[in-house]
Amino acid sequence: MFLLQQVFELWRWQDLLASWPRFATAFLNTLEIAVLALTLSLFLGVMFGLMSTSHNLPLRIITRIYVEFFQNTPLAIQVFFVYYALPYAGIVLNEITIGILCVGIYTGAYMSEVVRAGIGSIPKGQFEAAASQGFTYIQTMLLIILPQTVKIILPPLVNQMVNLIKNTSIVAMIAGMDLMYRANAWATNGYMSYGPSYLLCGVLYFAICFPLSTWARGYEEKLKRRDSQTSKELEKIEEVVA
Amino acid sequence: MDAFNAVFTPDNINYIMRGFWMTIRVAFVSIIFSIAIGTVLGIVRSYGNFILRKLAGFYIELFRNTPNLLWVFVCFIAAPFPTAFGRACCAYVLFTSAMMAEIVRGGLNSIPKGQFEAAASQGFTLASTLWYIVIPQCFRRIIPTMMSQVITVVKDTSFLAQVAIGELLFNTKDLMAKLPVYTGEAIGFPEVALLFGFAMLLYFLLNFTLSCIMRYIQRRNNAATNQHTNG
Repeated sequence: MFLLQQVFELWRWQDLLASWPRFATAFLNTLEIAVLALTLSLFLGVMFGLMSTSHNLPLRIITRIYVEFFQNTPLAIQVFFVYYALPYAGIVLNEITIGILCVGIYTGAYMSEVVRAGIGSIPKGQFEAAASQGFTYIQTMLLIILPQTVKIILPPLVNQMVNLIKNTSIVAMIAGMDLMYRANAWATNGYMSYGPSYLLCGVLYFAICFPLSTWARGYEEKLKRRDSQTSKELEKIEEVVA
Repeated sequence: MDAFNAVFTPDNINYIMRGFWMTIRVAFVSIIFSIAIGTVLGIVRSYGNFILRKLAGFYIELFRNTPNLLWVFVCFIAAPFPTAFGRACCAYVLFTSAMMAEIVRGGLNSIPKGQFEAAASQGFTLASTLWYIVIPQCFRRIIPTMMSQVITVVKDTSFLAQVAIGELLFNTKDLMAKLPVYTGEAIGFPEVALLFGFAMLLYFLLNFTLSCIMRYIQRRNNAATNQHTNG
């Protein structure tokens, strides 16, 4: 309970305020990791999502391996592997790059499942109609199928985005200069003011994640009210990626 | 082969397996409590009175929108439990019960209103409607979603490496640091890769088994629904 007690001690907050530039840098680092990882994961998600719905067996097997591997092993061990093991093979990356790559590739697996489920929710007739008009596979996907899936996969995609932002905190485990790391290190190296620094850290994460998750839920409920078909599709997608 | 022999001595395997056992224990205890607390929270969030609904909503939003790692740190310092194991579980129960509550809420929302009206017409109280009619249906629907949350908990136990609890990731990392001392030689990429690869394999086997069970339940549910709608 001493954390709560610390929150009401003014001098700790003054101390925290004095080192605000370090927290600001850390917050920007977290944002940088989140934005770049999000870009990477969306790219991978769409690419692997398309591959998993193609008629090419080797491509489908590759996506299966990608998705199963990254969904079933912890992000932390992947980060540790890159941080501790790859230097022995001569590959040294800085912490923020590791964060972007690992979080991006990890979330990409979830995004690809969302995209796959979204494509699965489009009626088969659409694919046949497109084929009868001479559209190639890529054209069908990019021009006809994907634009229609956007509406329905938006809520689960945004939920994955929230998970991605929360997962950037794992960079703290390899001293990645992100918000979580800074909150911890600042308190440890100063007057042990864990209460204020964790509170600030939590508030900042909450400030980014809460609007996103609230919007996603509102939009999802609006979609569900509008028609029961969409509601069923959404439930199916949610089962694939919780 | 040298690398293999250096890494997989009986002592080392034993040490890693002890970590794996710790991972399973933390995950198991956390999941049981999370499901229980999450179910209560989810029901309160949907059917409680105004104040209870708001309180449950606040709790759920608070934990859903902040990183689990933060709660591991907070609980490790401040949770009122005597053992490190208790504090670790506390962090996961706080976070995961909010996630479970959200899943339960989604399941409750998907039950048609007519069920409540039918139950009320037969003289069921709200409590007995929930217990006998709504919750059994709700759980059947949400079990696959809950299972994927269970997998998330197993994966997130790796955060405990950061607070020096001897779970799988911590023991693996620890062994990596000790290996040169044991063997008397500098280690290279093959040793480290084998070590991390083995830990990943253990996590993968556990989680993949869980996700296969999840898919089995999903298929059975879908088959049951299809039969119901077609027949």
